[in-house]
Amino acid sequence: MSTLTDPPQEQFRLSMLVNDTRYRSLTFQAIAALVLALAIWYLGNNLIQNLRAAGLNISYNFLGDRSGYDIAQRLVEYDSQSSHARAAVVGILNTLLVAFLACITATIFGVIAGVLRLSNNWLVSKLMAVYVEIFRNIPVLIWIIIIFTIMTAVMPGPREFRGADPSASMVFDLFAFTNRGVYTPMPLFANGLFASAALNWLLVLAVLVGSFFVMRKVNANATQKQEETGIRPNTLYIGLAVWIIPVVVLMLIMGLTWEVPELKGFNFKGGIKIGGPLIALWFALSIYTGAFIAENVRAGIQAISKGQTEAAAALGMRPGRIMNLVVLPQALRVIIPPLISNFLNITKNSSLAIAVGYADITATLGGVTLNQTGRAIECVLLLMLFYLTASLLISMVMNVYNSSVKLKER
Amino acid sequence: MKNTVILGALTIAGLSAGAAAAGTLDDVKARGKLNCGVTTGLVGFAAPNASGEWEGFDVAVCRAVAAAVLGDSNAVEFVPTTGKTRFTALASGEIDMLARNTTWTFSRDVDLKFEFTGVNYYDGQGFMVPKELGVSSAKELDGATVCIQTGTTTELNLADFFRSNNISYEPVPIETNAEAQQQYLAGACDVYTTDASGLAATRATFESPDAHTLLPEIISKEPLGPLVRHGDHAWGDVVRWTLNALISAEELGVTSANIGEMAAGTTNPEINRLLGSEGTLGEMLGLSADWGKNAIAAGGNYGEVFADNIGEATPIGLARGLNAQWTKGGLLYSPPFR
Amino acid sequence: MSDKQNNPIAFVADGVIPESPPPARDTGAYKWVRENLFSSVPNSILTLFALALLYSLLSNTVPWMWNGIWTTSSLAECREILQGKSGACFSVLSERWNQLLYGFKYPGDQYWRPNLALVLLLVALAPVLFFDLPRKLLAFTVVYPFLAFWLIWGGTIMVPIVALVGFAVAAVVFQKLGKGSFAAGFFGAIVAALVIWKVGGMLIPEGASESAMLSPVPSRDLGGFMLNMMLGVTCVSLSVPLGIALALGRQSSMPLIKWICVVFIEFVRGVPLITLLFVASVMLSYFFPPDATVDLFLRVVIMITLFSAAYIAEVIRGGLAALPKGQYEAADSLGLDYPQAMRLIILPQALKISIPGIVNVAVGLFKDTTLVSVISMFDMVGMIRGPILASTEWNGVYWELLGFAAALFFVVCYGISQYSQWLERRLATGHR
Repeated sequence: MSTLTDPPQEQFRLSMLVNDTRYRSLTFQAIAALVLALAIWYLGNNLIQNLRAAGLNISYNFLGDRSGYDIAQRLVEYDSQSSHARAAVVGILNTLLVAFLACITATIFGVIAGVLRLSNNWLVSKLMAVYVEIFRNIPVLIWIIIIFTIMTAVMPGPREFRGADPSASMVFDLFAFTNRGVYTPMPLFANGLFASAALNWLLVLAVLVGSFFVMRKVNANATQKQEETGIRPNTLYIGLAVWIIPVVVLMLIMGLTWEVPELKGFNFKGGIKIGGPLIALWFALSIYTGAFIAENVRAGIQAISKGQTEAAAALGMRPGRIMNLVVLPQALRVIIPPLISNFLNITKNSSLAIAVGYADITATLGGVTLNQTGRAIECVLLLMLFYLTASLLISMVMNVYNSSVKLKER
Repeated sequence: MKNTVILGALTIAGLSAGAAAAGTLDDVKARGKLNCGVTTGLVGFAAPNASGEWEGFDVAVCRAVAAAVLGDSNAVEFVPTTGKTRFTALASGEIDMLARNTTWTFSRDVDLKFEFTGVNYYDGQGFMVPKELGVSSAKELDGATVCIQTGTTTELNLADFFRSNNISYEPVPIETNAEAQQQYLAGACDVYTTDASGLAATRATFESPDAHTLLPEIISKEPLGPLVRHGDHAWGDVVRWTLNALISAEELGVTSANIGEMAAGTTNPEINRLLGSEGTLGEMLGLSADWGKNAIAAGGNYGEVFADNIGEATPIGLARGLNAQWTKGGLLYSPPFR
Repeated sequence: MSDKQNNPIAFVADGVIPESPPPARDTGAYKWVRENLFSSVPNSILTLFALALLYSLLSNTVPWMWNGIWTTSSLAECREILQGKSGACFSVLSERWNQLLYGFKYPGDQYWRPNLALVLLLVALAPVLFFDLPRKLLAFTVVYPFLAFWLIWGGTIMVPIVALVGFAVAAVVFQKLGKGSFAAGFFGAIVAALVIWKVGGMLIPEGASESAMLSPVPSRDLGGFMLNMMLGVTCVSLSVPLGIALALGRQSSMPLIKWICVVFIEFVRGVPLITLLFVASVMLSYFFPPDATVDLFLRVVIMITLFSAAYIAEVIRGGLAALPKGQYEAADSLGLDYPQAMRLIILPQALKISIPGIVNVAVGLFKDTTLVSVISMFDMVGMIRGPILASTEWNGVYWELLGFAAALFFVVCYGISQYSQWLERRLATGHR
């Protein structure tokens, strides 16, 4: 009969830091922390010494100074009297604008090309393959420059609209396509309910949101009916009425008029202008990234086993419904993760705006502001901070969406 | 220091080079090469030609300094810089001097801690428009789309000019001269604005330069000159007096053609001091006695450099204007060599 | 049965109808066209639309290329010859050929050096890319970086030799000491290499570069497509080991190391390459010791390497995650310690899975090397946007230059991605 005793308490020896797996990881981490601290100290020390030698300092006070330059494309109030910080805000909004627009159109291009590439039309599927290969294998910077060049060289300048026998004319007398951008008519309210145009638009938006909720109710009723009787009532006409009638009535009340662009002096005046650099960058990013998305879509669709399609066909579904109800919802799970990284790429690639003179954050804060103030370190740090935040936010939002469509295994 | 270089050379594949510890002048002498920052390409001022040799007005200043310090006008390493990178390149010691149409302004001199060593070109921002537009003054440009080549203080002057005249415009800032030209020629802008010298240089490369006209308004003062780091006065003096030597040489009638005989000694003591046959000016600068002779022999005096690169006989065709000698109604006025 | 033959009935066939050819609509080209192009109304519309698109594209570009002129010395001359006809001025390519490929500063009589380096690159890459080749060829791959460095930059051959000897001694020390403990071998190797480089550095006589067999070329003089190739090859090959280290670090059980790797990877993947290039061009010089300046080329290589290492790390992490857990457990049960398990069991399999992903990152990176034109380096795009378009002779010839650049990148990138697909197919069969 033996009694259980605790094993003898092992004395801690220094060699255990290297040889004992329990402590070894501590040693390695200590070394890593030391190396990291040394590296930071070394770089920081160099920075301080260099700055002192050059007589410079790190200061963000320049952000409050008057910027002194103008920006053509701006979403918020800005002029040359505004501060550098405000110029940076204008740039941020412009970056987000072009990234948002390009994400939408790139997805559209990508889905169309991806689906068409699997089409049984030989010519079309080969054309799409060529599109995908050509755009994926040539640098995006070259594409941006090419498309900007096409835009300026092929579209007519405003001066070609001038004169008795102009070589270019407006489409339907409403739209003007020039190499400075596209001008479209702008809706205006003659007797709006509010004094400011923005509030009137908010009202329109509110009505649309109202229509959306009514529509949801209508759809929910229809679904309930379908589940009870097996027959889905036709909601098309009700839907159209709910969407259109309130808005149209509101617009009539507020006296909707259209301001049509007109050639005055050097440029078209009036209407909405979508600037040339914006269009070029937007289109270039969409068509370039669209090629990548097309490949993801194709891979996603091909990942769905053929049995799914055949089973759906056996149930008597039409090809369109098979795509919409069976294949795409499943393919989406495969498509979304790479789609997220493509959206991130669009946001990051929008920094190439400097090649076309679009006033994004790289061109305002990292361009003119940096040139004028010479505050290189501060500007580049702020620039990286913005992109990092934007990337993390986008991937966060998209990951939430991804987990909501992910296959829920129970 | 040599050890660092060699260790660095081996560990990071021989691309690191030691520089800038004590004085830039000593460094340049030790290295045997002058690192001179220039623009990435503006015909007439600094641009590589078809065989890859840098040439131009700013390039000539670099070559003169190299000749004065090292006795060899080809001992220059030209470092192309953009509007963004030029100041960092200078501040971090990557280049010894910057000769890249950079405007001398208060904040650059004081806040960014640089030292402008003089003015080699008095410039001003101007406008170029196609003749068919029928514009004769910049004040008629209300509502025009303006292409700007970013870089110097162009955007700021433009904003101030249009604001003070209470007219509107639409700016299109473009990074490189080639793309700005393309926009302008395709009619995507009505006006192209940058320094008047740059406009003339750009117009010279057009297919039909006569179809474009420069407007009379010059909306800013742009004294362009070479600059060095603040605080290194010995080196600043070398660059400053090399530039002054070129200017004085023109005033005194010293040209690359007659410099040989003049260096032997003349009756004019100032020429003798300039060319080193009298006095110890070179020694005071820490250079050889014939530094001035070398600098002038590199590309000629200021007038010759001007005429060779941007003068009326070249495609760029700039008149001397403000850049004539003070004796001829211009602003060039070199302090005396004594 | 036999009745039928005896009593012929009118409606019963008494002979074999001779085979007739299938109807025209079911054979050959006609059938193919009908099934593949015009199988339904929407398909027909698509086909017609595609044909119209093709026609409008080709009718514009073919005559333009056909009329191309290759021999003039300026755009004005070329336009004079064309006399308003649609035609390309390809003469800009023939006149500036060397500038487009090598930049404007690389000495003209030394072009054979980068050319030879390129040919040798293909030889060195072959055993890495194709597993069937004899493994002995890898020896050349190991020597290649030093040889290429010497070929392109020139100078004294002692520098690459000392560097190579340093690495070789490090490898030997690692072999000897690494048997006992990985850490001892690792740090011993580093120390040995540093000692060799230090001693070797002192042995190289000053000014050896000037009198060397190959004249030295400063890295500022590199340019054109050569610069793109060099940046791409250097940065990818440097970032693979770094990426492996980061991926392992991210999987590590040590919180501090894991944390460092995660922050680094996510930071780099969150910012555009162009901001990192701005860091290289305007910030990085402040972080080096005050008495040394580091070449712009090297600064750019550092930043691009860090950039692609983060992406490669993510690819390799995917490969590590794809390995069945049994492999890790099997390694543990054999009593292998961490370095041995990784080196012998895990990494060989994980890397094999990751190769197609790494190749994709490499293609993306190679395309991104064009961004260096934004920070005043004269790569191919930089040459086009800078010196060539700014010159008096060639002001305004965009399509020919951009088209040439696009075509060159397409050939290289398409080639690499075809290789990647081939490899993927090959590896896929291996796992079945």
